[in-house]
Amino acid sequence: MATEIARHWRLNSQRYRLVGEVCPKCGVKMFPPRDVCTDCLDDSRQPDFEFSGHGEVYSFTTVHNAPEGYQESAPYTVALIKLEEGPLLTAQLTDVENSEVEIGMPVEMVTRKLRTQGEEGVIIYGYKFRPRLPVAH
Amino acid sequence: MRDVSIIGIGQTAVTEHWNRSLRHLAYDAVAAAMRDANIERADALYVGNMLSGEISGQSHLGTLIADFAGLRGIEAVKVEAACASAAAAFRQAYIGVASGLQDIVIAVGVEKMTDDVGTQLSAGLAGAADADYEVIHGITFVALNALIMKRYMHEYNVAREDFAGFAINAHANGAGNPNAMFQKPISREDFARCGIVSDPVGLLDASPMADGAAAVILCPTEQAREFTDNAIRIKASALATDALSVHDRRDPMWLQAAEDSAQRAYKQAGVGPDDIDFFELHDAFTIMAALSLEASGFAQRGRGTWLAIDGEIGPEGRIPISTRGGLKARGHPVGATGLYQIVEAAQQLRGEAGDNQIKNATLGMTQNIGGSGATIVTHIFERVNQ
Repeated sequence: MATEIARHWRLNSQRYRLVGEVCPKCGVKMFPPRDVCTDCLDDSRQPDFEFSGHGEVYSFTTVHNAPEGYQESAPYTVALIKLEEGPLLTAQLTDVENSEVEIGMPVEMVTRKLRTQGEEGVIIYGYKFRPRLPVAH
Repeated sequence: MRDVSIIGIGQTAVTEHWNRSLRHLAYDAVAAAMRDANIERADALYVGNMLSGEISGQSHLGTLIADFAGLRGIEAVKVEAACASAAAAFRQAYIGVASGLQDIVIAVGVEKMTDDVGTQLSAGLAGAADADYEVIHGITFVALNALIMKRYMHEYNVAREDFAGFAINAHANGAGNPNAMFQKPISREDFARCGIVSDPVGLLDASPMADGAAAVILCPTEQAREFTDNAIRIKASALATDALSVHDRRDPMWLQAAEDSAQRAYKQAGVGPDDIDFFELHDAFTIMAALSLEASGFAQRGRGTWLAIDGEIGPEGRIPISTRGGLKARGHPVGATGLYQIVEAAQQLRGEAGDNQIKNATLGMTQNIGGSGATIVTHIFERVNQ
């Protein structure tokens, strides 16, 4: 159990704040963070880069037969999100019906419960995406 | 490097083998292949398997199966590359013989999926994807393929019905394969009406999972005639990798590892896609069949479904695929599938494919995909004699 906690704890800055990396050599922005740049293969220490959490739906589908730990939220919509800074990531959509989702729909990151691990287990939180709310001017 | 040939093949039916365990299934296939090659000993055994640890609580398969098959003492090891485990194990066997370090080598793929039909199985299969960045979001294997298929349909203006030909061809061919899980044809209406698992993937887009094992025996081509007069020569063997996650690929609509491994294989064999007489591709989902045909040079980008629509993938078509049912109808015992493809290619080239026999087949290609395109293994085989 202790190791299970550490396994999720060490990803907190990714799951809560979308912290990725920017390559100091070629400038490509990466999420998830990596130790070697995907584009120029530079392996020097990469500074953190916090993504805005804004993006659009690249693709989506509905999961009806949910894996263990996810059944209580089934059916739910999972999506590939194209972040406005470039990378794609995988996440659930929330606060929206599957029938309302479209490819290209603007979305923004929110923090939600990802899964539970039984009654005694830890609740894991992380990013999901919802339709982008209008900004008040 | 030495030239290598297949001198024996064996397989079990793909089905729910309630009375046979992991070790029994592997033994059945190995014993059949050894009888076919008329050998009693081998130098090494490579076992392709994905889920034995997760489903049966059994690791250390190389030794278990070597011992159980009466081969105690030989070199034996398990090779794991998700759904591409069996072709990856076959490639290790090929490398062993080609290098000159080993002479008679067995490759077996085995998967026992029905020892758990619930949560361990889906969790184990999800292990082919990225645990920290895909699986944690409640993704399933079907959902990953659905994400790719939906975007593909959007980009190329393709309808779900356009994929029907892949499933219809596979089921029509499965009807001629006594080892296939499904031996019944399906209609266009069946495909259109089937339940949707994860939109747009329907039940008839997806391959069924079951138990099974398939095995081959390899030896140097120059020794093959001592064992058989219908040896099948391995013209090319190539394995390529891509990003593990769909979201990390440069182009999620393109199987870069399929292009890379196919191109390496064509180069090694000195042939091109036009020379291939049939292609056992990895139709775990209909979208994978389309993407595999495109990346391997049989169709242009976004045009894979047209081969199905135009009837070019049938037994008499330009590039017959899934000739013995493919993953869709023969079934997909994940870590064994790559060796079923190879055994079926050998049957075609030996002229032993029964009702599914492709006329004058001399060059066959197989392609086994791990995950949603992360590991892709391509092989090209040639009929030697006759």
